[in-house]
Amino acid sequence: MKAQRLGAWIAIAIGAGYFVIPLLGTLEFSLRMRRGEYSFDAYQSVFSDIQFRETFGYSMLMALLTIIFGMLLVVPTAYWVRLRLPQVRPVVEFITLLPLVIPAIVIVFGYLRLYNSSSILPLTGSTSGTNALLMFSYMTLSLPYMYRAVDTAMRAIDVRTLTEAAESLGAKWPTILFRCIFPNVMSGVLSGSFITFAIVMGEFTMAALLNRPAFGPYLQLVGANKAYEPSALAVIAFAITWLSMGLIQLVSRFQKSAPAKA
Amino acid sequence: MISKRAIIDWLGIAPFMIFALMFLIVPTLYLVTGAFLTPEGEFTFKNIADLFTPSILSAYWISIRVSVASSLGGALIGFFLAWAIVLGGVPTWVRSGLLTFSGVASNFAGVPLAFAFLATLGRTGLVTVFLRDWFGFNLYSTGFNLLSFFGLTITYMYFQIPLMVLILTPALDGMKKEWREASEILGASTWQYWRMVALPILWPSLLGTTLLLFANAFGAIATAYALTGSSLNIVPILLYAQIRGDVLHNPNLGYALALGMIVITGISNILYIWLRMRAERWQK
Repeated sequence: MKAQRLGAWIAIAIGAGYFVIPLLGTLEFSLRMRRGEYSFDAYQSVFSDIQFRETFGYSMLMALLTIIFGMLLVVPTAYWVRLRLPQVRPVVEFITLLPLVIPAIVIVFGYLRLYNSSSILPLTGSTSGTNALLMFSYMTLSLPYMYRAVDTAMRAIDVRTLTEAAESLGAKWPTILFRCIFPNVMSGVLSGSFITFAIVMGEFTMAALLNRPAFGPYLQLVGANKAYEPSALAVIAFAITWLSMGLIQLVSRFQKSAPAKA
Repeated sequence: MISKRAIIDWLGIAPFMIFALMFLIVPTLYLVTGAFLTPEGEFTFKNIADLFTPSILSAYWISIRVSVASSLGGALIGFFLAWAIVLGGVPTWVRSGLLTFSGVASNFAGVPLAFAFLATLGRTGLVTVFLRDWFGFNLYSTGFNLLSFFGLTITYMYFQIPLMVLILTPALDGMKKEWREASEILGASTWQYWRMVALPILWPSLLGTTLLLFANAFGAIATAYALTGSSLNIVPILLYAQIRGDVLHNPNLGYALALGMIVITGISNILYIWLRMRAERWQK
């Protein structure tokens, strides 16, 4: 038994080393910009870069739009499948898992061929069209996570009874959906949103190939041209991921304690 | 005659189906059919045959090697970590800490991950400098290079290990104490218990997750692109160059390249799903 515990600690130590050392390395490197002493110069340089602010803002906006439109698509679909079409559930679930099977670069390759400026739907012909296409591509990428989060939250509530209760009180469909279903699956909506946020902020392939000024391609550009700024950006990116995941944990803890009150 | 209700039922999922067709299924099918057409639009197997030229085969081969190495390495270390937090008798804070961290690290991929490893194991990275200044050991004189097969593999393992921990911990949690006790009463050693009871139950989970990690690494591009530029010729980077500037001088060959990727990630995912269904038999 003692040997087993020792082995466990050795495994943990190796794993922790593997996880922590690159983070320490990045942090240390990002502070090294001024010769001979540690400073926040690299961060200052990053934050004062106008391109940083523009691409960061662009990706934030994209993430927000992706979350709004994604949820408007996913929540009603998950609701409808549970209420009226349980027989198509396997099909819908299969489709939502496809983005994990088909690599992102293949999906965007298809977009570029299908929606080029000489096609029936020339989305890539204009800036606003390409922005829309990028948002749709982010919706596709986050579909597996959004759908699973919402569907799990929906399993915990009785969709049918809620709907019938709302109907017998005279509610119309928009009221049922937005004032009854949405608030009840809020924990799923929120955790799906945070993971979508983390995905969109760091995404590179889609934005680079669609030529949009997003944060991911900007990171790559800085990495190819600067020495210390990339590390500072990696620390910032890690903080964003950590924040998103931390919020998910918070939401799911809140969700667990919620039924006890009711 | 279809009832009015049935029509409304199906209309309810119409937006989702239209979205999936427009932005997921049709674009993919377009590439898949394009792989079997000449630029003039006639049916051909030539594009598929052209995949078997040395330059493209070597791209697939190095991609497969990086994916296999990082998934096996990730699976092995991930398994021991999951074992340590489930059965190793470590305090609960270690367990919850590691699981939380795995949730974050498995999503920490892409360009920033490449930066992190450059800052750690690059020519002036923390570990490189530390080894040089304290032990007089020059990492790069051993032939080590972060911008290589080996470098890419250990970088990918940064998100592979946590993913393995996240998927395998529930599987190990599902191992019943009674199985162990029963085998001990029957006189089995620890080794016999693992070989004849635990591993036969766990192998679908282990193998399935390894396949998932494989597909995960195979489709990834951002980390490799930021780390090596285009010096390491893996399939996603070749496809990226093809999309950018038709480096293969045949658009339809590009479609075949994409088809090859779908086939490989598709097969590993299908096997993963099949193995997971097998694994769940024991978790009821």
